[in-house]
Amino acid sequence: MSSNDDVFQALADSTRRLILEELANNNGQTLYELCVRLTMEHDVDMTRQGVSNHLDLLEAAGLVESTRRGKYKVLEFAGTDQIHDVGTWLHRLTEKDSK
Amino acid sequence: MEITVTNVHVDDQQKALEFYTNVLGFEKKTDVPAGGARWLTVVRPKSPDGVELLLEPTGTADVAEALETYRETLVSNGIPWTQFSCEDVEAEYDRLREQGVEFTQEPMTAGGVTMAVFDDTCGNLIQIIHQ
Repeated sequence: MSSNDDVFQALADSTRRLILEELANNNGQTLYELCVRLTMEHDVDMTRQGVSNHLDLLEAAGLVESTRRGKYKVLEFAGTDQIHDVGTWLHRLTEKDSK
Repeated sequence: MEITVTNVHVDDQQKALEFYTNVLGFEKKTDVPAGGARWLTVVRPKSPDGVELLLEPTGTADVAEALETYRETLVSNGIPWTQFSCEDVEAEYDRLREQGVEFTQEPMTAGGVTMAVFDDTCGNLIQIIHQ
């Protein structure tokens, strides 16, 4: 399998995992809406720039996509395949252990 | 001191006046010539002496250009220019949607506040809230 280093790195942060959860639950949010949800629903105290930096990393790993909808951009969860690959690999580890 | 006027920059004052009155339901308060444009404000019909919203032209070329970059970045990220309060965000959402207003953020409630964000067709996003 490919190394998936970028995916593991992207997942190695609780805020980034929360962003993925948020987008998987409410797909297609603007950056503003995501920041409002992180602040008001999850008590994340972070600047938009901070959130933006996390999003850059998630996008680079292919887990999030930014799509233009007319004048504005929405963020979408795009990591089904990558997360599935990682999950399969994690699962194999535990299978070997139980044999 | 007291805040009596706040502003929103608009591409076209006449178009903005129509949207802010006919669609949103504000009322024109002041409309006088000012430096080649108009000093044009709207108020809430129930509070004609309340805070006025100035529909401000984007102005001279250099200002307009800088402002355009700024406003486009805000809009592109879904960031509202300003915020109005209302009695019921869901009801306003339905009312405005029927008139073809585009929302970048559907009504959501968090921390006891319900909010939504729409496009004012004049280059800005506006957030409405109730709590």
